[in-house]
Amino acid sequence: MLATGAGAVIKPLFVKGPSIGARLLVLSLLSLLLIFAGQRYHWLELFEAKASVIAAPFYWMADAPARLLRWGGDSAQSRAQLVEENAQMRVETLLLRGKAQRLASLEAENVRLRELLNSSALLDDSVLVAELISVSPNPLQHQIVINKGASEGLYIGQPIIDALGLMGQIIEVGPLHSRALLITDASHALPVQINRNGVRSIAEGTGLLHELVLRHVAASTDIRVGDILVSSGLGQRFPVGYPVAVVTEVTLDPGQPFATVKAAPSAALNRSRHVLLVFSHQERAER
Amino acid sequence: MNSANGLLVIMLTLVVALWLSIVPLPLWAQWGRPEFVAMVLLYWMMALPERIGIGWAWLLGLVQDVVEGSVFGEHALALAVLAYLILILYQRMRMFTPLQQAAVIFLFIGLHQLLCNWVQALDGNSSSNLLFLLPALISALLWPLLALLLRVLRRSYFVR
Repeated sequence: MLATGAGAVIKPLFVKGPSIGARLLVLSLLSLLLIFAGQRYHWLELFEAKASVIAAPFYWMADAPARLLRWGGDSAQSRAQLVEENAQMRVETLLLRGKAQRLASLEAENVRLRELLNSSALLDDSVLVAELISVSPNPLQHQIVINKGASEGLYIGQPIIDALGLMGQIIEVGPLHSRALLITDASHALPVQINRNGVRSIAEGTGLLHELVLRHVAASTDIRVGDILVSSGLGQRFPVGYPVAVVTEVTLDPGQPFATVKAAPSAALNRSRHVLLVFSHQERAER
Repeated sequence: MNSANGLLVIMLTLVVALWLSIVPLPLWAQWGRPEFVAMVLLYWMMALPERIGIGWAWLLGLVQDVVEGSVFGEHALALAVLAYLILILYQRMRMFTPLQQAAVIFLFIGLHQLLCNWVQALDGNSSSNLLFLLPALISALLWPLLALLLRVLRRSYFVR
Protein backbone atom coordinates (compact mmCIF):
# COMPACT_ATOMS: atom_id res chain seq x y z
CA MET A 1 0.00 0.00 0.00
CA LEU A 2 1.08 3.61 0.57
CA ALA A 3 4.63 4.32 1.58
CA THR A 4 4.62 4.85 5.32
CA GLY A 5 6.27 7.59 7.32
CA ALA A 6 6.82 11.25 6.61
CA GLY A 7 8.15 10.80 3.09
CA ALA A 8 4.85 9.65 1.61
CA VAL A 9 5.09 12.00 -1.35
CA ILE A 10 5.47 9.27 -3.95
CA LYS A 11 2.21 8.86 -5.78
CA PRO A 12 1.06 5.25 -5.65
CA LEU A 13 1.22 4.51 -9.36
CA PHE A 14 0.59 0.80 -9.45
CA VAL A 15 -1.11 -0.19 -6.23
CA LYS A 16 -4.69 1.02 -6.08
CA GLY A 17 -7.31 -0.75 -4.05
CA PRO A 18 -7.54 -4.52 -4.05
CA SER A 19 -5.26 -6.59 -6.31
CA ILE A 20 -6.48 -7.66 -9.73
CA GLY A 21 -6.73 -11.26 -8.54
CA ALA A 22 -9.12 -10.25 -5.77
CA ARG A 23 -11.14 -8.14 -8.19
CA LEU A 24 -11.42 -11.01 -10.62
CA LEU A 25 -12.53 -13.33 -7.83
CA VAL A 26 -15.26 -10.95 -6.64
CA LEU A 27 -16.51 -10.11 -10.13
CA SER A 28 -16.56 -13.69 -11.39
CA LEU A 29 -18.41 -14.78 -8.26
CA LEU A 30 -20.86 -11.94 -8.91
CA SER A 31 -21.40 -13.06 -12.51
CA LEU A 32 -21.89 -16.68 -11.45
CA LEU A 33 -24.43 -15.41 -8.93
CA LEU A 34 -26.22 -13.52 -11.71
CA ILE A 35 -26.18 -16.60 -13.97
CA PHE A 36 -27.69 -18.83 -11.30
CA ALA A 37 -30.16 -16.17 -10.12
CA GLY A 38 -31.27 -15.71 -13.74
CA GLN A 39 -32.21 -19.37 -13.90
CA ARG A 40 -34.15 -19.38 -10.67
CA TYR A 41 -35.68 -15.99 -9.95
CA HIS A 42 -38.17 -14.02 -11.93
CA TRP A 43 -37.10 -10.56 -10.80
CA LEU A 44 -33.81 -10.74 -12.67
CA GLU A 45 -35.65 -11.43 -15.91
CA LEU A 46 -37.84 -8.41 -15.25
CA PHE A 47 -34.75 -6.31 -14.63
CA GLU A 48 -33.14 -7.53 -17.84
CA ALA A 49 -36.31 -6.74 -19.77
CA LYS A 50 -36.25 -3.18 -18.40
CA ALA A 51 -32.53 -2.87 -19.11
CA SER A 52 -33.09 -3.91 -22.72
CA VAL A 53 -33.90 -0.25 -23.47
CA ILE A 54 -30.17 0.33 -23.87
CA ALA A 55 -30.16 -2.30 -26.62
CA ALA A 56 -32.78 -0.41 -28.67
CA PRO A 57 -30.32 1.91 -30.47
CA PHE A 58 -28.13 -1.08 -31.33
CA TYR A 59 -31.06 -2.91 -32.90
CA TRP A 60 -31.98 0.26 -34.76
CA MET A 61 -28.43 0.57 -36.09
CA ALA A 62 -28.12 -3.12 -36.95
CA ASP A 63 -31.37 -2.94 -38.88
CA ALA A 64 -30.47 0.31 -40.66
CA PRO A 65 -28.72 -1.19 -43.74
CA ALA A 66 -31.68 -3.48 -44.47
CA ARG A 67 -34.11 -0.57 -44.01
CA LEU A 68 -32.05 1.62 -46.31
CA LEU A 69 -32.01 -1.08 -48.98
CA ARG A 70 -35.77 -1.51 -48.80
CA TRP A 71 -36.33 2.22 -48.88
CA GLY A 72 -34.04 2.48 -51.90
CA GLY A 73 -35.86 -0.35 -53.62
CA ASP A 74 -39.26 1.22 -52.92
CA SER A 75 -38.19 4.66 -54.11
CA ALA A 76 -36.51 3.44 -57.25
CA GLN A 77 -39.56 1.56 -58.49
CA SER A 78 -41.17 3.01 -61.55
CA ARG A 79 -44.78 4.13 -61.64
CA ALA A 80 -45.70 1.33 -64.05
CA GLN A 81 -44.29 -1.27 -61.66
CA LEU A 82 -46.22 0.19 -58.75
CA VAL A 83 -49.46 0.27 -60.74
CA GLU A 84 -48.95 -3.34 -61.76
CA GLU A 85 -48.19 -4.41 -58.20
CA ASN A 86 -51.26 -2.54 -57.00
CA ALA A 87 -53.47 -4.32 -59.50
CA GLN A 88 -52.01 -7.67 -58.49
CA MET A 89 -52.71 -6.98 -54.84
CA ARG A 90 -56.27 -5.94 -55.61
CA VAL A 91 -56.88 -9.27 -57.32
CA GLU A 92 -55.31 -11.09 -54.38
CA THR A 93 -57.47 -9.23 -51.87
CA LEU A 94 -60.57 -10.11 -53.87
CA LEU A 95 -59.63 -13.78 -53.91
CA LEU A 96 -58.86 -13.82 -50.19
CA ARG A 97 -62.12 -12.01 -49.42
CA GLY A 98 -64.01 -14.60 -51.40
CA LYS A 99 -62.38 -17.36 -49.42
CA ALA A 100 -63.08 -15.53 -46.16
CA GLN A 101 -66.79 -15.39 -47.04
CA ARG A 102 -66.91 -19.15 -47.26
CA LEU A 103 -65.00 -19.36 -43.99
CA ALA A 104 -67.55 -17.13 -42.27
CA SER A 105 -70.43 -19.45 -43.17
CA LEU A 106 -68.36 -22.48 -42.17
CA GLU A 107 -67.55 -20.86 -38.86
CA ALA A 108 -71.23 -20.13 -38.20
CA GLU A 109 -72.06 -23.72 -39.04
CA ASN A 110 -69.30 -24.93 -36.74
CA VAL A 111 -70.66 -22.85 -33.87
CA ARG A 112 -74.18 -24.25 -34.43
CA LEU A 113 -72.86 -27.81 -34.45
CA ARG A 114 -70.85 -27.19 -31.31
CA GLU A 115 -73.96 -25.79 -29.63
CA LEU A 116 -75.80 -28.96 -30.60
CA LEU A 117 -73.01 -30.97 -29.00
CA ASN A 118 -73.02 -28.69 -25.94
CA SER A 119 -69.28 -28.07 -26.26
CA SER A 120 -67.69 -24.70 -25.80
CA ALA A 121 -67.25 -22.52 -28.84
CA LEU A 122 -63.90 -21.66 -30.33
CA LEU A 123 -62.89 -18.14 -29.51
CA ASP A 124 -61.83 -15.69 -32.11
CA ASP A 125 -58.32 -14.33 -31.74
CA SER A 126 -57.23 -10.79 -32.48
CA VAL A 127 -53.80 -10.08 -33.88
CA LEU A 128 -51.22 -7.31 -34.02
CA VAL A 129 -48.65 -6.92 -36.77
CA ALA A 130 -45.03 -6.54 -35.66
CA GLU A 131 -41.78 -6.25 -37.52
CA LEU A 132 -38.66 -8.30 -36.91
CA ILE A 133 -35.73 -6.05 -36.00
CA SER A 134 -33.01 -8.47 -34.96
CA VAL A 135 -32.14 -12.14 -34.72
CA SER A 136 -30.00 -13.73 -32.03
CA PRO A 137 -26.31 -13.55 -32.99
CA ASN A 138 -25.76 -16.93 -31.35
CA PRO A 139 -26.57 -19.71 -33.84
CA LEU A 140 -27.46 -22.05 -30.98
CA GLN A 141 -30.22 -19.72 -29.79
CA HIS A 142 -33.23 -19.46 -32.06
CA GLN A 143 -34.54 -16.11 -30.92
CA ILE A 144 -35.82 -13.04 -32.71
CA VAL A 145 -36.46 -9.48 -31.55
CA ILE A 146 -39.63 -7.69 -32.67
CA ASN A 147 -40.45 -4.00 -32.57
CA LYS A 148 -43.42 -4.13 -30.18
CA GLY A 149 -43.16 -4.04 -26.42
CA ALA A 150 -45.02 -3.65 -23.16
CA SER A 151 -46.73 -0.46 -24.37
CA GLU A 152 -48.67 -2.51 -26.94
CA GLY A 153 -49.85 -4.92 -24.27
CA LEU A 154 -47.60 -7.84 -25.12
CA TYR A 155 -47.16 -10.51 -22.47
CA ILE A 156 -44.79 -13.37 -21.80
CA GLY A 157 -45.94 -16.57 -23.44
CA GLN A 158 -47.83 -14.78 -26.22
CA PRO A 159 -47.82 -16.82 -29.45
CA ILE A 160 -46.45 -15.31 -32.65
CA ILE A 161 -47.33 -16.53 -36.13
CA ASP A 162 -46.52 -15.58 -39.69
CA ALA A 163 -48.57 -16.00 -42.85
CA LEU A 164 -47.78 -19.73 -43.04
CA GLY A 165 -47.84 -21.04 -39.50
CA LEU A 166 -46.87 -20.83 -35.87
CA MET A 167 -43.45 -19.29 -35.20
CA GLY A 168 -42.91 -19.24 -31.46
CA GLN A 169 -43.68 -17.38 -28.27
CA ILE A 170 -42.65 -14.20 -26.47
CA ILE A 171 -40.14 -14.79 -23.68
CA GLU A 172 -39.09 -11.26 -22.76
CA VAL A 173 -41.14 -8.07 -22.96
CA GLY A 174 -39.12 -4.88 -22.94
CA PRO A 175 -40.53 -1.34 -23.00
CA LEU A 176 -39.83 -0.88 -26.74
CA HIS A 177 -39.21 -4.34 -28.14
CA SER A 178 -39.65 -7.97 -27.20
CA ARG A 179 -37.75 -11.18 -27.62
CA ALA A 180 -39.37 -14.34 -28.92
CA LEU A 181 -38.27 -17.96 -28.82
CA LEU A 182 -38.81 -19.89 -32.06
CA ILE A 183 -40.36 -23.35 -32.05
CA THR A 184 -37.12 -24.84 -33.45
CA ASP A 185 -34.98 -23.79 -30.46
CA ALA A 186 -33.55 -26.79 -28.68
CA SER A 187 -35.25 -25.75 -25.45
CA HIS A 188 -38.72 -25.39 -26.97
CA ALA A 189 -41.55 -27.92 -27.22
CA LEU A 190 -45.24 -27.52 -27.96
CA PRO A 191 -48.29 -29.77 -27.90
CA VAL A 192 -49.60 -30.58 -31.39
CA GLN A 193 -52.12 -32.86 -33.00
CA ILE A 194 -52.35 -34.41 -36.42
CA ASN A 195 -54.93 -32.49 -38.43
CA ARG A 196 -56.16 -35.65 -40.20
CA ASN A 197 -57.10 -37.74 -37.18
CA GLY A 198 -56.47 -35.69 -34.04
CA VAL A 199 -53.67 -37.84 -32.63
CA ARG A 200 -51.83 -35.77 -30.02
CA SER A 201 -48.10 -35.45 -29.62
CA ILE A 202 -45.37 -33.05 -28.58
CA ALA A 203 -43.18 -31.33 -31.19
CA GLU A 204 -39.73 -30.50 -29.89
CA GLY A 205 -37.20 -28.16 -31.44
CA THR A 206 -33.85 -29.61 -32.38
CA GLY A 207 -31.73 -26.50 -32.83
CA LEU A 208 -32.00 -26.91 -36.61
CA LEU A 209 -34.09 -24.30 -38.40
CA HIS A 210 -35.91 -26.78 -40.63
CA GLU A 211 -36.60 -29.67 -38.30
CA LEU A 212 -38.85 -30.59 -35.38
CA VAL A 213 -39.07 -34.04 -33.83
CA LEU A 214 -42.06 -35.77 -32.28
CA ARG A 215 -40.94 -37.69 -29.22
CA HIS A 216 -42.46 -40.89 -27.89
CA VAL A 217 -44.73 -41.68 -30.81
CA ALA A 218 -45.86 -45.29 -30.43
CA ALA A 219 -44.97 -47.50 -33.41
CA SER A 220 -48.66 -48.28 -33.94
CA THR A 221 -49.67 -44.60 -34.24
CA ASP A 222 -51.41 -43.62 -37.47
CA ILE A 223 -49.00 -41.00 -38.77
CA ARG A 224 -47.77 -40.56 -42.34
CA VAL A 225 -45.39 -38.39 -44.28
CA GLY A 226 -47.29 -35.26 -45.38
CA ASP A 227 -49.54 -35.12 -42.33
CA ILE A 228 -50.16 -31.57 -41.15
CA LEU A 229 -49.51 -30.90 -37.48
CA VAL A 230 -51.58 -28.16 -35.86
CA SER A 231 -51.36 -26.72 -32.36
CA SER A 232 -53.65 -28.67 -30.04
CA GLY A 233 -54.24 -25.98 -27.45
CA LEU A 234 -53.23 -28.28 -24.63
CA GLY A 235 -50.79 -26.61 -22.28
CA GLN A 236 -52.86 -23.41 -22.67
CA ARG A 237 -50.05 -21.47 -24.28
CA PHE A 238 -50.86 -21.67 -27.97
CA PRO A 239 -54.40 -21.34 -29.35
CA VAL A 240 -55.96 -24.32 -31.11
CA GLY A 241 -55.61 -24.97 -34.80
CA TYR A 242 -52.64 -23.01 -36.07
CA PRO A 243 -50.51 -25.04 -38.50
CA VAL A 244 -47.14 -25.92 -36.96
CA ALA A 245 -45.34 -28.35 -39.24
CA VAL A 246 -45.62 -31.00 -41.93
CA VAL A 247 -44.37 -34.53 -41.23
CA THR A 248 -41.37 -35.27 -43.44
CA GLU A 249 -40.07 -38.56 -42.15
CA VAL A 250 -41.48 -41.52 -40.22
CA THR A 251 -39.00 -44.27 -39.39
CA LEU A 252 -40.19 -47.47 -37.78
CA ASP A 253 -37.26 -49.40 -36.34
CA PRO A 254 -38.35 -52.69 -34.74
CA GLY A 255 -35.45 -52.40 -32.30
CA GLN A 256 -36.68 -49.08 -30.95
CA PRO A 257 -39.63 -48.65 -28.59
CA PHE A 258 -40.88 -45.57 -30.43
CA ALA A 259 -41.08 -44.39 -34.03
CA THR A 260 -38.75 -41.58 -35.11
CA VAL A 261 -40.88 -38.81 -36.56
CA LYS A 262 -39.45 -35.64 -38.06
CA ALA A 263 -41.38 -32.63 -39.31
CA ALA A 264 -40.58 -29.40 -41.14
CA PRO A 265 -41.99 -26.17 -39.64
CA SER A 266 -44.66 -24.51 -41.79
CA ALA A 267 -43.70 -20.96 -40.85
CA ALA A 268 -40.88 -19.28 -42.77
CA LEU A 269 -38.76 -19.04 -39.63
CA ASN A 270 -35.70 -17.54 -41.27
CA ARG A 271 -37.43 -15.41 -43.87
CA SER A 272 -40.45 -13.70 -42.34
CA ARG A 273 -39.97 -10.00 -41.79
CA HIS A 274 -43.49 -9.34 -40.53
CA VAL A 275 -45.01 -11.44 -37.81
CA LEU A 276 -48.44 -11.50 -36.17
CA LEU A 277 -48.90 -11.44 -32.42
CA VAL A 278 -51.96 -13.38 -31.36
CA PHE A 279 -54.07 -12.07 -28.48
CA SER A 280 -56.43 -14.70 -27.25
CA HIS A 281 -59.53 -13.27 -25.58
CA GLN A 282 -58.95 -15.25 -22.47
CA GLU A 283 -55.62 -13.52 -21.88
CA ARG A 284 -57.22 -10.15 -22.61
CA ALA A 285 -59.90 -10.79 -20.06
CA GLU A 286 -57.32 -11.63 -17.42
CA ARG A 287 -55.48 -8.35 -17.82
CA MET B 1 -6.82 17.03 -26.30
CA ASN B 2 -8.02 16.27 -22.80
CA SER B 3 -8.77 12.93 -21.20
CA ALA B 4 -12.52 13.26 -21.60
CA ASN B 5 -12.00 13.32 -25.33
CA GLY B 6 -10.02 10.10 -25.11
CA LEU B 7 -12.84 8.49 -23.18
CA LEU B 8 -15.23 9.39 -25.98
CA VAL B 9 -13.04 7.57 -28.52
CA ILE B 10 -12.87 4.46 -26.35
CA MET B 11 -16.64 4.49 -25.83
CA LEU B 12 -17.28 4.98 -29.52
CA THR B 13 -15.10 2.02 -30.55
CA LEU B 14 -16.85 -0.15 -27.97
CA VAL B 15 -20.28 0.91 -29.24
CA VAL B 16 -19.26 0.03 -32.79
CA ALA B 17 -17.98 -3.34 -31.54
CA LEU B 18 -21.31 -3.98 -29.79
CA TRP B 19 -23.12 -3.09 -32.98
CA LEU B 20 -20.96 -5.50 -34.96
CA SER B 21 -21.78 -8.22 -32.44
CA ILE B 22 -25.47 -8.18 -33.41
CA VAL B 23 -25.38 -7.08 -37.04
CA PRO B 24 -27.15 -9.81 -39.05
CA LEU B 25 -24.90 -12.24 -40.92
CA PRO B 26 -25.81 -14.68 -43.68
CA LEU B 27 -26.48 -18.22 -42.53
CA TRP B 28 -23.13 -19.62 -43.68
CA ALA B 29 -21.16 -17.03 -41.72
CA GLN B 30 -23.09 -17.29 -38.47
CA TRP B 31 -20.67 -19.57 -36.67
CA GLY B 32 -17.65 -17.46 -37.55
CA ARG B 33 -18.68 -14.07 -36.13
CA PRO B 34 -15.48 -12.47 -34.71
CA GLU B 35 -15.68 -11.40 -31.07
CA PHE B 36 -15.24 -7.69 -31.73
CA VAL B 37 -16.21 -6.57 -28.24
CA ALA B 38 -13.58 -8.76 -26.59
CA MET B 39 -10.94 -7.75 -29.15
CA VAL B 40 -11.52 -4.00 -28.81
CA LEU B 41 -11.53 -4.33 -25.02
CA LEU B 42 -8.27 -6.30 -25.13
CA TYR B 43 -6.66 -3.64 -27.29
CA TRP B 44 -7.59 -0.78 -24.99
CA MET B 45 -6.54 -2.72 -21.92
CA MET B 46 -3.21 -3.53 -23.52
CA ALA B 47 -2.66 0.11 -24.48
CA LEU B 48 -4.03 1.75 -21.31
CA PRO B 49 -3.98 -0.86 -18.53
CA GLU B 50 -3.94 1.78 -15.79
CA ARG B 51 -7.13 3.34 -17.12
CA ILE B 52 -9.35 0.43 -17.99
CA GLY B 53 -9.62 -2.28 -15.39
CA ILE B 54 -11.49 -5.48 -14.69
CA GLY B 55 -14.56 -3.60 -13.47
CA TRP B 56 -14.92 -1.90 -16.84
CA ALA B 57 -14.64 -5.23 -18.61
CA TRP B 58 -17.28 -6.72 -16.36
CA LEU B 59 -19.74 -3.87 -16.93
CA LEU B 60 -19.12 -4.04 -20.68
CA GLY B 61 -19.89 -7.77 -20.51
CA LEU B 62 -23.22 -7.04 -18.83
CA VAL B 63 -24.11 -4.55 -21.57
CA GLN B 64 -23.16 -7.12 -24.20
CA ASP B 65 -25.39 -9.68 -22.48
CA VAL B 66 -28.35 -7.31 -22.60
CA VAL B 67 -27.71 -6.37 -26.24
CA GLU B 68 -27.16 -9.94 -27.44
CA GLY B 69 -29.88 -11.40 -25.23
CA SER B 70 -27.52 -14.05 -23.89
CA VAL B 71 -27.57 -15.39 -20.35
CA PHE B 72 -27.22 -12.42 -17.97
CA GLY B 73 -23.65 -12.61 -16.64
CA GLU B 74 -22.23 -14.81 -19.41
CA HIS B 75 -20.08 -12.26 -21.22
CA ALA B 76 -19.45 -10.41 -17.96
CA LEU B 77 -17.68 -13.49 -16.63
CA ALA B 78 -15.75 -14.15 -19.85
CA LEU B 79 -14.59 -10.54 -20.28
CA ALA B 80 -13.56 -10.24 -16.61
CA VAL B 81 -11.35 -13.31 -17.00
CA LEU B 82 -9.83 -11.94 -20.22
CA ALA B 83 -9.24 -8.58 -18.51
CA TYR B 84 -7.38 -10.32 -15.69
CA LEU B 85 -5.17 -12.20 -18.14
CA ILE B 86 -4.35 -9.13 -20.22
CA LEU B 87 -3.48 -7.16 -17.08
CA ILE B 88 -0.92 -9.84 -16.28
CA LEU B 89 0.41 -10.12 -19.82
CA TYR B 90 0.16 -6.63 -21.33
CA GLN B 91 3.87 -5.84 -20.98
CA ARG B 92 4.81 -8.95 -22.93
CA MET B 93 2.02 -8.41 -25.44
CA ARG B 94 3.41 -4.98 -26.32
CA MET B 95 6.77 -6.54 -27.16
CA PHE B 96 5.26 -9.19 -29.42
CA THR B 97 5.17 -9.02 -33.21
CA PRO B 98 1.64 -8.81 -34.70
CA LEU B 99 1.82 -12.51 -35.54
CA GLN B 100 2.70 -13.49 -31.97
CA GLN B 101 -0.03 -11.20 -30.68
CA ALA B 102 -2.51 -12.88 -32.98
CA ALA B 103 -1.51 -16.27 -31.54
CA VAL B 104 -2.18 -15.02 -28.00
CA ILE B 105 -5.50 -13.50 -29.13
CA PHE B 106 -6.41 -16.90 -30.57
CA LEU B 107 -5.96 -18.44 -27.13
CA PHE B 108 -7.79 -15.56 -25.40
CA ILE B 109 -10.84 -15.66 -27.64
CA GLY B 110 -10.81 -19.46 -27.50
CA LEU B 111 -11.00 -19.23 -23.71
CA HIS B 112 -13.76 -16.61 -24.04
CA GLN B 113 -15.77 -18.93 -26.28
CA LEU B 114 -15.19 -21.85 -23.94
CA LEU B 115 -16.46 -19.87 -20.95
CA CYS B 116 -19.51 -18.64 -22.91
CA ASN B 117 -20.27 -22.15 -24.11
CA TRP B 118 -19.96 -23.42 -20.57
CA VAL B 119 -22.46 -20.88 -19.27
CA GLN B 120 -24.83 -21.66 -22.16
CA ALA B 121 -24.55 -25.35 -21.30
CA LEU B 122 -25.96 -24.50 -17.85
CA ASP B 123 -28.98 -23.20 -19.75
CA GLY B 124 -29.19 -26.32 -21.92
CA ASN B 125 -27.81 -24.72 -25.08
CA SER B 126 -24.36 -26.27 -25.39
CA SER B 127 -22.79 -26.86 -28.78
CA SER B 128 -22.49 -30.46 -29.90
CA ASN B 129 -19.36 -29.83 -31.99
CA LEU B 130 -16.30 -27.60 -31.87
CA LEU B 131 -17.66 -25.02 -34.32
CA PHE B 132 -18.11 -22.55 -31.45
CA LEU B 133 -14.29 -22.17 -31.43
CA LEU B 134 -14.25 -20.86 -35.01
CA PRO B 135 -14.57 -17.19 -33.87
CA ALA B 136 -11.20 -17.60 -32.11
CA LEU B 137 -9.49 -18.31 -35.43
CA ILE B 138 -11.30 -15.53 -37.29
CA SER B 139 -10.61 -13.03 -34.50
CA ALA B 140 -6.91 -13.95 -34.48
CA LEU B 141 -6.73 -13.43 -38.24
CA LEU B 142 -8.42 -10.04 -37.91
CA TRP B 143 -6.34 -8.91 -34.95
CA PRO B 144 -3.36 -7.32 -36.79
CA LEU B 145 -5.72 -5.22 -38.86
CA LEU B 146 -7.87 -4.20 -35.90
CA ALA B 147 -4.85 -3.37 -33.73
CA LEU B 148 -3.43 -1.20 -36.51
CA LEU B 149 -6.74 0.62 -36.93
CA LEU B 150 -7.16 1.23 -33.21
CA ARG B 151 -3.54 2.38 -32.92
CA VAL B 152 -4.08 4.96 -35.63
CA LEU B 153 -7.20 6.11 -33.77
CA ARG B 154 -5.38 6.23 -30.46
CA ARG B 155 -2.45 8.22 -31.87
CA SER B 156 -4.52 10.69 -33.84
CA TYR B 157 -6.91 11.43 -30.98
CA PHE B 158 -4.19 11.34 -28.29
CA VAL B 159 -5.98 8.82 -26.14
CA ARG B 160 -3.78 8.24 -23.10
